[in-house]
Amino acid sequence: MTRAGKATAARPLAGEPRAGGLASLRAALSAEWTKLTTLPGTGWLLLALVVATAGLSVLADAATSCSSGSCQADPARVSLTGIYLGQAIVVSFAVAAMTSEYSTGMIRVTFAAMPRRTAVLAAKAAVVTGPVVAAGAVAVLGSVLAGRLILPGHGFTAARGYLPLDLADEPVLRAAAGSVLYLALVGLLSLGVAALVRDTALAAGLVLGLLYIVPIVAAVLGSSQLARHLQQLAPMTAGLAIQATTSLRSQPISPWAGIGVLAAWAAAALATGGIRVRRRDA
Amino acid sequence: MSAHVITESRPGQRNGRDGFRQLLSAEWTKLATVRGWVIGIVLAPFLIVGIALLNHSTCGGITTPGGPATTAAGCPAPPSGPGGEAVSDSFYFVRQPLGGDGSITVRMTSLTAGPGPAGLSPWSKAGIIITASTRPGSAYAAMMVTGGHGVRMQYDYTGDIAGPARGASPASPRWLRLTRSGDTITGATSADGVRWTTVGTTRLAGLPATVQAGMFATAPASSQTRAQTVSGASSAGAAALAAASFDHVSLAGPRPAGAWAGDAVGGASPDAGFRQAGGTITVTGTGDIGPYVPGASGSPGSTIGSTLLGAVLALIAAAVVATMFMTSEYRRGLIRLTFAASPDRGRVLAAKVVVVGAVTFIAGLAGAIVAVQLGERLLRSNGNFILPASTLSNLRVVAGTAALLAVASVLAVALGSILRRSAGAVTVVVALITLPYLLALTALRGGAADWLLRLTPAAAFAIQQTTPQYPQVSAAYTVSNGYFPLAPWAGFAVLCGYTAVALALAVFLIRRRDA
Repeated sequence: MTRAGKATAARPLAGEPRAGGLASLRAALSAEWTKLTTLPGTGWLLLALVVATAGLSVLADAATSCSSGSCQADPARVSLTGIYLGQAIVVSFAVAAMTSEYSTGMIRVTFAAMPRRTAVLAAKAAVVTGPVVAAGAVAVLGSVLAGRLILPGHGFTAARGYLPLDLADEPVLRAAAGSVLYLALVGLLSLGVAALVRDTALAAGLVLGLLYIVPIVAAVLGSSQLARHLQQLAPMTAGLAIQATTSLRSQPISPWAGIGVLAAWAAAALATGGIRVRRRDA
Repeated sequence: MSAHVITESRPGQRNGRDGFRQLLSAEWTKLATVRGWVIGIVLAPFLIVGIALLNHSTCGGITTPGGPATTAAGCPAPPSGPGGEAVSDSFYFVRQPLGGDGSITVRMTSLTAGPGPAGLSPWSKAGIIITASTRPGSAYAAMMVTGGHGVRMQYDYTGDIAGPARGASPASPRWLRLTRSGDTITGATSADGVRWTTVGTTRLAGLPATVQAGMFATAPASSQTRAQTVSGASSAGAAALAAASFDHVSLAGPRPAGAWAGDAVGGASPDAGFRQAGGTITVTGTGDIGPYVPGASGSPGSTIGSTLLGAVLALIAAAVVATMFMTSEYRRGLIRLTFAASPDRGRVLAAKVVVVGAVTFIAGLAGAIVAVQLGERLLRSNGNFILPASTLSNLRVVAGTAALLAVASVLAVALGSILRRSAGAVTVVVALITLPYLLALTALRGGAADWLLRLTPAAAFAIQQTTPQYPQVSAAYTVSNGYFPLAPWAGFAVLCGYTAVALALAVFLIRRRDA
């Protein structure tokens, strides 16, 4: 995989140094792909994404039980708890993909070879999203499978109105596919913020703070209207609404509208990051 | 050995270990001259205060600022017990004055849930009590039969001694006796009224000459419905009743009056009261006698820990700065110069740790002090009451929060040194400390939340707990109500343990690897 990437990267660059829009995007894509896949850390991070997500999901499954007559837990949501941890690894992965070029000065070489900076950012977005979606899908499938096997033993039985998690079930499929989409969008948000601030630690801190802090603040605010609005607007609380399969009406935001909010955050971050990358000296 | 280079170039400085001061001053200069880092550290206390000011939880019908004006007085504070702690003290009391040393003996034949819809809760209590007065919060000692925890002797709200496990029923009645001798009260129980077993003895300091002695019944509201809010405000649970029947009642000692009088101590309830038929007295009551536990159903109340939630956010800011403080040396190649000037790499790391730790501690302390002051005022103005805690534990909460930030930033320095990557170090710190706390607060419940707060460095947030857990009060002992599975310093030690391991690994690696 790695070597194939390198080979394709070299050819279009050498053959058509002044290629037009689509060709230069393809060249940028293969260049970014090479950069990403030749780093030994990439594979480990993606493995960590799978292990951490599925691991925390299993822990959450094992710790949740539905003993009383009416339990309020949402089985799909419980079995996808690992996304809370998985997204941190996605942030780390996506931020580093952008900022490592700035910290090493590599970005100047990149922009010299590829003067269309927006194309570089777009290529980065594509090559970050691909592996995140692939690893995220494995992690989510593992989590759903674990939930399917573990949860019926913890009181989520048919007698209480809970069928085993099944991807053929539309809400469960939405929760699972939506969680992968969620990870991808968190990756894009991180990339945009990283392009904006250029510093690894700052970008990671900003994105993680933005993701994790709102649920805590909302908990401080209690059950007020302000807390509800905050949960509708914040990337994590809104985005994770996609995991809800039960009592949708009591959620602060509907599943697709929620993931839309996260997509808007990611788009805004990428747009401002893109403008910043074009306007500022590298 | 290599300190010669430093001392020779600076004749005013002494040789040897004193070179550490120069190292400290070098690291301090590095930290203080990067504008972004200074902003990050100054931001931390503002984040703590800002989150404290967001707390708009209200109590007792008071609306949030900006809402319509209200005349409600807010939630009444619970009475204070003999030790100054907040207590629950409401029960139905059938009493007579006892003017000196004496004893009360009864045979209790039943304990039921009374006419109410709720069942008998395990901590329903009925029995005999000797109390200084009928004012809530008075000193007392009581012998009781509970709904699910057998015979107990309880005194002064927090004291709880277990007696025989078998309760009282018409088939096997339970004899109870309390004996007063000066300030000392002895509780005893018997199955047949002949052979008595002493359950416990307690000294109630400053007990007046005339005390009130008699029978009581009370039952805490069931704790099935609880609101999960950080502020500790919780919805009222179903009202519970306890009804107990007594016969063979005898009060021995100097007593001015001869008739039993009924009192609803700590507020009347429509179902509470007593009936006297022949030699049998039946008492029905509701409430609880014991320590006041916020998070028990229908028990609002805030702790100062709830004003310090912003520490989680400040922690991210501190971790970012601390990580950059280490990793930027590698990024810029400055580390080679640093190690050339001070070849003992362990000491360089130590200097960085001391500088970052001290700066974060001071910033965190400033933020915590202001947040507690403003946060308490805000909570009170919204009708909440703050549960009293000793000055020492309030100090521990404030200084402990600052120490938590300091140790977390030391952990960030260590991880930055191990990983040499900012993204990884920041992510690991946040995933280890903020994420488990968040999960315990929102996504996970019960056992999983407890284990996360035992095993991960997030256990250190226990340092913010001021309200102890009591086994004799069933309540929602959750993070959102301010309870942690580990004791405050034990939880803090978990974070210190992680940090110590990370630092040891960092020192080992920094000496072995090329810079």
